[in-house]
Amino acid sequence: MKYKQYGANSILVEWPQIIDKSILNDILTFKSKLEKANILGIESLNHAYASLIIIFNEGCFNFSSEVHLLKEIYQSSDISKKISHTLWKIPVCYHESFGIDLKVLSKGKQITVDEIIKKHTKPIYTIFFIGFLPGFLYLGGLDKALYAPRRKTPRLKIEKGAVAIGGEQTGVYPNESPGGWNIIGNSPIHFFDVLKTEPCFAKAGDSLRFYSITLEEFSDIKTLVNAGVYQIESEVIHG
Amino acid sequence: MVRVLNTGFYSSIQDIGRLGAQHHGVPISGVMDQRATRLANVLVGNSEEAAVLEITMSGPKLKFECNSAIAITGADMAPSLNGKSLDYNRFIIINKGDVLSFGRLNSGFRSYLSVIGGFQTKEVLGSKSMYKGVTQFACINKEDVLRINQNNPKYQKHFSGLKMNDSYIKNSNLDVYKAPEFENLTEVQKDKLFSELFTISKDNSRMAYQLEEALENTLEPIITSPVLPGTVQLTPSGKLIILMRDCQTTGGYPRVLQLTESAINTLAQKYTGSKVCFKLKD
Repeated sequence: MKYKQYGANSILVEWPQIIDKSILNDILTFKSKLEKANILGIESLNHAYASLIIIFNEGCFNFSSEVHLLKEIYQSSDISKKISHTLWKIPVCYHESFGIDLKVLSKGKQITVDEIIKKHTKPIYTIFFIGFLPGFLYLGGLDKALYAPRRKTPRLKIEKGAVAIGGEQTGVYPNESPGGWNIIGNSPIHFFDVLKTEPCFAKAGDSLRFYSITLEEFSDIKTLVNAGVYQIESEVIHG
Repeated sequence: MVRVLNTGFYSSIQDIGRLGAQHHGVPISGVMDQRATRLANVLVGNSEEAAVLEITMSGPKLKFECNSAIAITGADMAPSLNGKSLDYNRFIIINKGDVLSFGRLNSGFRSYLSVIGGFQTKEVLGSKSMYKGVTQFACINKEDVLRINQNNPKYQKHFSGLKMNDSYIKNSNLDVYKAPEFENLTEVQKDKLFSELFTISKDNSRMAYQLEEALENTLEPIITSPVLPGTVQLTPSGKLIILMRDCQTTGGYPRVLQLTESAINTLAQKYTGSKVCFKLKD
């Protein structure tokens, strides 16, 4: 592991630069130890696939002494017994009115639209982190058969809730935004809601599975979501 | 209350930002030029956290519907009160009914308007900084009514008029540190980074400033990693992008340089066509 100074008052901790669930778990354990240690001067903790940034208060930052402290905390034994996470079940409507790139994908890959949907709803995806846009989940676990290059020209407007594939990744656009991924469906769920104390229902380390719904079910769920009474299906996974 | 009669080019309420919500993918946001903001707040006796109006390129026309006190700092946009020209970096008493307007942009790119007690717009995730998708609006709009302290403000007129050194606005040097992927650059690329004068392209906003001149680039993209305001990214085409306050929380381009806070303040005052050069700090 490497500790690098990043700017005047931040430290970047780097793991081997690969996408791997065991690295994610190590980062999350370190992060929770840091949160528990309640270190004076830490203003923000944020991680991606294989790195963690720790932003300190400008006033009291000393790189070498902070690194010393961080290493000590990293090596301390993990007292938490938390070995459970949440599996979220996310409804997606793969109807062609939402999945505007399904036909092109199906043609290019020589597999039917139904097979694409089957392969997309089968895996349990790991949530590695949230980035890019508020509430955008970086998911690991896409079926190799569904890898698809990003569009050459990004679209200026992608609908909120769009479910998409970009390269080796799949994800849901939490809000309307420009984007270059291939759109295969839409989810009626809010992935980012500032009115809630926890604006994202999911967090890094949780997992997620998509299931296919009809247009009618989509509109029913959307009504419930907008009324603030929809409960996302989930289960707690131990171990 | 302050009524927005006209918005100008782009004005938004900003404070020191939303540090601590990045794990939700929420940008830090906050004022582009922290130095000008601190000064604006100090002049009216506010704390550093008070929300100000960040004014970009051309100023709004604002009507005060209560007594207040204000200060204007940063870029010079020829402000006037009821048609009478106003000083920069000065404590100004406002009477109910006063109309504040701005004229021509003389220097810099962003002005800061503080009001005594700070703007009282809605706080979301610990900050009043406007950002699309987090706050209801990304900027102020015509006919908006911005809440400020309604009670008769208590103040001491402390600064009769400060002579400030605002040379950082015109300075073209940007002090930088090495960023995480700096050492992956070739000697030729490093030399070019520190010898060339770079031009701000038309793609400049609160999110990022792209530079015109490109480096020859052979660096591979990195796996998506955290980034900060002030990070200089090297894109596959060789163009450099300097991330600013509304930047995304993570990115996949190599991070080659990191601007100091004062360099971010300086860059916030630059616009299309301005020249900048990077100076490595030890």
